[in-house]
Amino acid sequence: MSHKTTYREALREAHRDALRADPRVFLMGEDVGKYGGSYAVSKGLLDEFGAQRIRDTPLSELAFVGAGIGAALGGLRPIVEVMTVNFSLLALDQIVNTAATLRHMSGGQFSIPLVIRMTTGAGRQLAAQHSHSFEGWYAHVPGLKVLAPATIGDARGMLAPALADPDPVVLFEHALLYNMEGELEGDWANTDIRSARVRRAGTQVSLITYGGSLWKTLDAASELAAHGVDAEVIDLRVLRPLDTETILESVRKTHRAVVIDEGWKTGSLAAEICARLAEDAFYDLDAPLARVCSEEVPIPYPKHLEDAALPQTAKIVAAARSATGK
Amino acid sequence: MSDPASFKAVTLPRDLTIKLLTDMVRIRRFEEACAELYGEGKIRGFLHLYIGEEAVAVGAIHALTAQDAIVATYREHGHALTRGITANAIMAEMYGKHSGCSRGRGGSMHLFDAATRFYGGNAIVGGGLPLATGLALSEKLTQKQTVTACFFGEGAMAEGAFHESLNLAALWQLPVAFFCENNLYAMGTALARSESQTDLCAKAAAYKLPTQRVDGMDVIAVHEAAQTACAAVRKTGGPFFVEFQTYRFRAHSMFDAELYRTKAEVEEWKKRGPIHDLSGRLKAQGLLGEDEFLAIDGAARREVEAAIAFAEASPWEPVETLTHDVYATP
Repeated sequence: MSHKTTYREALREAHRDALRADPRVFLMGEDVGKYGGSYAVSKGLLDEFGAQRIRDTPLSELAFVGAGIGAALGGLRPIVEVMTVNFSLLALDQIVNTAATLRHMSGGQFSIPLVIRMTTGAGRQLAAQHSHSFEGWYAHVPGLKVLAPATIGDARGMLAPALADPDPVVLFEHALLYNMEGELEGDWANTDIRSARVRRAGTQVSLITYGGSLWKTLDAASELAAHGVDAEVIDLRVLRPLDTETILESVRKTHRAVVIDEGWKTGSLAAEICARLAEDAFYDLDAPLARVCSEEVPIPYPKHLEDAALPQTAKIVAAARSATGK
Repeated sequence: MSDPASFKAVTLPRDLTIKLLTDMVRIRRFEEACAELYGEGKIRGFLHLYIGEEAVAVGAIHALTAQDAIVATYREHGHALTRGITANAIMAEMYGKHSGCSRGRGGSMHLFDAATRFYGGNAIVGGGLPLATGLALSEKLTQKQTVTACFFGEGAMAEGAFHESLNLAALWQLPVAFFCENNLYAMGTALARSESQTDLCAKAAAYKLPTQRVDGMDVIAVHEAAQTACAAVRKTGGPFFVEFQTYRFRAHSMFDAELYRTKAEVEEWKKRGPIHDLSGRLKAQGLLGEDEFLAIDGAARREVEAAIAFAEASPWEPVETLTHDVYATP
């Protein structure tokens, strides 16, 4: 059974299910209620579930993310929507210093079963302050789990296991994916939040990516086929803890890897993946590891410069051709 | 002895009064021992002593029920002891031992105890306020009639977390008792050197919280103010702000040379020491004999000695468990 939907609707349905299934679940964030969500994910939920469970917050990221942590500590299952990753920096202290640490600092006495959702990424000419990709920063922190649903199935299926998880989960939704249409396959209810997924099987080079870059990478793989390069595409899905096994298995087969990451190259998640490959698959490699990341510049406003700053299909194709010598 | 004209008779029930005195003495003796143990290298990391401020935690926490929740700061040994976490478990935590109240993972600044609803122990100034606000939200949404008591220093009132949390708690009418321990110095920075508005109640009132200012050196006054605050929170379901005016007799931490205040100022405040104040009043009223006070003090000293022995004898956690309790499942 599959049906046509969008990434946004898939997320909304996931919220609806969660709110129906468990009275402890509630959603809070800026403009999630009357406005319908700044990306319209929560549109209609206020009418259906009421103001106690769909809570509009003041512009107080630090306080409402912290309050979500406190409410989770108190036994509820909050979903906190931070409008975008850019504003999550205002709540970073609570996420890193409280949500991520409390279980350990308390010697395992306390859990924070919290889901924090936020939009991420560039590509809409929103300039430097609204175009960040800090998934890698969050993935740096022990105590957090970090998810990047890139497909409609994951948009539909990741929320329930994230809410069921006893630890804080940060879920990144790339802004360019909300309008994506596609078929929702029937197996979404079995979605896990542990493993990476091979989205396209191939034999000559592993293209490793996540989130909004997945679709550029799949386009690149199609182009590469025309050049005689058989590329495998790995969607990381879970950025912490990383499913290193799936990555290694792919690279041991293809012997080449290109990592595509919208974060800046320096200190990026792509750097972490390359380091793991260098540590654990060094003798399996037939070519230097390669990365396609954002240029080291605050993301500029004009379209031609923004495009030049971000990973693009052509850059991925070029990197993979270089790695394969084709 | 106090000036008869300003003498404040103690009218609370004697049992409660003795309990308040006893807990203040317990904290004092416990922390004096901690300072010595720090010198011996038994306790490491940061150690922030509460000596001088005991009346605040003791008076306020005795106004709470067992169902209420507490969020405290990194200067929280006194709160933990008063709440009923054993001296053994706290001392073992200071040592970093597995038998500590946070299994040794937190240390002095991160005392936790689920059984008494003691939610730490937060070493980020202001970090506990959003957490307390969220705890209160969960209590409200699940129709519990509890109070979340949130302790913080006046230094935290310069943080955005204070303003955001008070706004949210007042806007959503959440049952938080915001207990400000104003000891006049944010580490070494005096209130007037860091705040444009030094009337702390005015800050809270700006968010429409009811407020009260009270002498934090007088444990009876603290207790009565906390009772008023908690009763109001229970009745209205909304927050309340109390400023306890207090003073830290010791340095901010064990690394503080105290260049920012005069010895004369410290000595002046010490004359108003909360233990001295209460025991003096009780003796003047004939409610406490010197022998009784010595018995309280002796019991506190023995409790601390036993706690040190317990901590010394407790085993270290094996290093193989290093990465435990990062996630629910490894």
